[in-house]
This record gives sequence, C-alpha cells and structure tokens, in this order.
Amino acid sequence: MADISQSRSSGRFVYMSGVVLLCAWVLVPLYFLLINTLSSPEAVNAFPKSFIPEFDLGSLTFFANFAGMLSALKNSIFVAAITMILSIVLGAPAGYALSRFEFRGKETFRFLILLTRAFPLPLLALPLAVMFIRTGIDDTIFGLALIHTTLALPFSVLITFSLFSGIPIELEEAAWTLGCTRLTAFTKVILPLVLPGITASAIFAFVISWNEVFAAAVLTIENRTLTAFLLQNLDTSPLHLKFAGGFILVVPALVFIFAVRKYLFAMWGIANR
Amino acid sequence: MHSRTLPYLLILPVTVFLGVFFLYPFVLVAQQAFTTGAGFTFDNFTKVTTHWKFPTSFKNTLLLAAAVVPVQLALALLMATMVTNMKKGRDLVLYVWTIPLGISDLAAGIIWLAIFEQSGFLNSMMQGLGFIEQPTNLISYQSPMLVFVAIALAEIWRATAIMLVILVAGIGLIPKEYYEAAEVFGAGPWKRFTRITLPLLRPSLSTALVLRVILAFEVFAVVQALGGTLFPVLMGETYKYQFELLNGGAAAAIALIILVISIAATLVILRVLRVPKGASI
Repeated sequence: MADISQSRSSGRFVYMSGVVLLCAWVLVPLYFLLINTLSSPEAVNAFPKSFIPEFDLGSLTFFANFAGMLSALKNSIFVAAITMILSIVLGAPAGYALSRFEFRGKETFRFLILLTRAFPLPLLALPLAVMFIRTGIDDTIFGLALIHTTLALPFSVLITFSLFSGIPIELEEAAWTLGCTRLTAFTKVILPLVLPGITASAIFAFVISWNEVFAAAVLTIENRTLTAFLLQNLDTSPLHLKFAGGFILVVPALVFIFAVRKYLFAMWGIANR
Repeated sequence: MHSRTLPYLLILPVTVFLGVFFLYPFVLVAQQAFTTGAGFTFDNFTKVTTHWKFPTSFKNTLLLAAAVVPVQLALALLMATMVTNMKKGRDLVLYVWTIPLGISDLAAGIIWLAIFEQSGFLNSMMQGLGFIEQPTNLISYQSPMLVFVAIALAEIWRATAIMLVILVAGIGLIPKEYYEAAEVFGAGPWKRFTRITLPLLRPSLSTALVLRVILAFEVFAVVQALGGTLFPVLMGETYKYQFELLNGGAAAAIALIILVISIAATLVILRVLRVPKGASI
C-alpha cells in the first residue's frame, strides 16, 4: 500500500513539475523581453545582463521619440480597428445564416470559408499590391485593412456561427409569437446574448491584424504599420529599439488573449466538425 | 422578408468580399507568375529556381518545418492531456500556455533575439555559471547550426499554442464514457491515450497539422528578426524579389511554389489522418 501511494505521489510530483516547467517555458522569454524594455539603452547593450529590470524608461522613451514610430503605432491601431469592424459586419450575418438556415449551396459556402484557411494568405498581398495601385488605394491604411479582413473573416464567420448555434432557436420563435419581427427578435433577444462572444471575435480580428507582418510590409511604404516599420528597420535599428518595439507589440496581445480565452476553445471545437 | 432569400442575402457580403480579395488575387498571382510581358512563359520559374540561393532557401524552409512541427505536435499533445486531467488552476495554466497565440512572429523573433544575441541572456547565463569568459557571437555565419536551433526554438515557442487550442477543443468532444469503460477493463493511462484519445482525435489532429504546416512554410518574420540573411527561407526570398529586386513575376513564382508545397502537404495530412467513412464520435 505504501508503495502505491508513494509512486502516486511521485507521479503527481512529476506531473506538477511538468506543468510548472511548461509555464516557465512560455513566461521566461517574455520576462527577458520585459527586462530589456525596462532598462536603459546602455544596460540593454551591456554585458553581462542583469536578470532584474532596473525600471528605467530610457528604452521606451527612445522608442517613442524615434522618427516615424508613433505614426506607425497609430497606423497599426487604425488598420486593426478597421479590420475588426469589417470582419464583424461582414462575418456575423454569414455566421447567423449558417446556424439558422438550411439552404442550397451551404456546404459549398462552408467549403469556401475553410479553403481560405488552407492557403498561405499573406501571399495575396503580391497581386493585390498591383490591384491597389490601379484603384488608387495603394499604400493606404484602408487597403491593408482589406487584406487583413480576408485573414480575419474565416475566423469571425466560424466563431459567430458557433455563437449563434449555442442559442436555442426556440428563444427566437418565442419572440416571434410575442409579436417581434425577425429583425426585432434578433436585436432584442439574440443580440444581447451573443454580444460578449461577438466582442471576443472582434478582439481576435484585431489581434490578427495587429500581428500581421508580411502583407503589411508589402503593401505599405509611407504609411507603415508598427510590424512593417520594425521589420524594415531590423538591420539598422539598435537593440533597445527592437526590444521596446517588440514589447509594444506583445502587450495588447497579452490583454486580448486574456479577454477572449473563454471563446478560444469553443471556436476550434466547432471548426473541427 | 422571405426566409428563402434571406440566408443568401446574409452570406452575400462575405462571398463577394472573398471573391474580390481571395479568389481573384489567386488568379492574378498565377497570371503574374506565368507571364513576363510577352505572353505565357515559364521564365519566372526558371529564373527563381536556378538562382543559387533557391536550393538553400527551399531546403531551409522544409528542414525547419520538419524539425519544428513534430516537436510541436508532441508538445501540444502532452500539454493537452495534462490540462484535461487537471482539476485546480486549469484556466490559469491554459491562459499561460495560450499566450504565444497572440504574439506575432516578429515579436517572437525579437524575444528570442534577447536570449541569443551577443550580449543576450544566454551568454550572460553561461558567463554567470563560469562556462565562458567573454560573450561569443552565437548567431553568425560560423555557427549555422546554432542559428537553426535559435529559429526552431522561437518557432516552437510561438506556434505550439495554436495546436494546443485545437487539440484541447478536440479532446473536449470525446465522450468521457469511453475512458471510464476503458478503465473498467483495466487500460492504463498510456493505453487509454493510444487507443482512445489518438484515434478519436484524428479530425482535430489533421486540422491542427494542416494549419501548422501551412504556417510553417510561410515562416518569415521570426527568421528575419533572428537570422536575417544567415538563414534564407522561401518567404524571405519572395519579399526580396518584390522589394529589393522589384520583380513581381519572380515573387509570384515563388509564391506559387509555396502554395504548391502547402497544398501537397495538406493533401498528404488529410489522407493519412482521414476518418474512415461512417466512423465518427
């Protein structure tokens, strides 16, 4: 008996240390980035490194004062915001249609949505660069947001599909019998219920756009986003600028993943079926 | 409003949008790759594939995918099973493990640069432990193996989370009764994993692998941030043709090559992990 409980508790110990180790694997590199960001430029370039941040805002100030950086940051936010709005406005109705209606061509439509996920989407940026020049929206925030919407749309359709599927149709039918039209039943009954989920899906679209590097670098020249700006200056920028920039890239991601964590799993569960 | 036409009205915006910004560009990219201004030609392909850098970048892209994806699969499976058996702190652990999901490849490259650069944390640690006296340049053309390892580690760190999320969702769909029944018949944890989890997880496994492999062939910013020109990959070459050499046709040709290997890999994965007809949960 003693043997069994001993092997069980040692198994428990291995299991717990595995969990802790894997958490450290994720967090320690992030901590290193934090140290570098909160150190003076001199400390960032010095050797050996301290393993405790000195809480100096020198690197971040340098980042903020670097020519073009703040406008790149602003561009990133705008592109991501437009992407977020477009992908919800376009995607949510389709998600609703998939969850509530049986119609001819439904499977083909779902296939098209899944197909977009099976292709290297950033490559679209190459032909679109030409197309945008012809239509005069080259090197604009809006043009880039259109591509990022293509990246985010499949996700927003699938997430909203799973959200609407989670709400019983009886609720809607009850509203109809009580005198609601299809539209008012949707706005008064369904919308309040799915709003948190829609927000999560919007945030997800924001992160997809915020993080995208390749299309942003190909499609913007004057109006660079933060990722494109950092990429372009990788060869020439000093270390403390890279680390501060990397940190600014990471922070919203941390917050956003926390905000959408409940919905991450639901959406992939449904996507498998 | 008729409920016959309503669904079509609802899916119309997405369909039109994807038609214009997804299907049409693909036609364009193909067109661009097969023309040089004087009609149909394979010139662009000959040009890019005979360039001295092409075999290296092709080999590097495939090698990196071959090294990274299996490790990620094993790690994601391990993490997913660990989380499934967890009672306390599950949400916190899952949050921590999925953090990299929100981190861009560029940021991931920069994060691992903080560790591997000459005055970085790896050298600092080694000096602190007395292994080295002076910091050595870890990422240089003299140590191609280390460059590869650094890039692979950054990729594994960043992109395991996407597989983890898909697998955790997939494991959630497997009925608990199967495990209980197996336990009654005396199946140990390993047997339950190989006989129940793995076979029933096939749809999720193929989704996760397809997505991950495609992304692995697109590897770009991590490499740019860490290795720069030391480790050429296909996507980096595309970028270079488009920007530095201003040759859209050649860039499109490499893009198509990436597309073809992505489709080939997708088909292989779907074939190997296909679920037999009629068999589902």
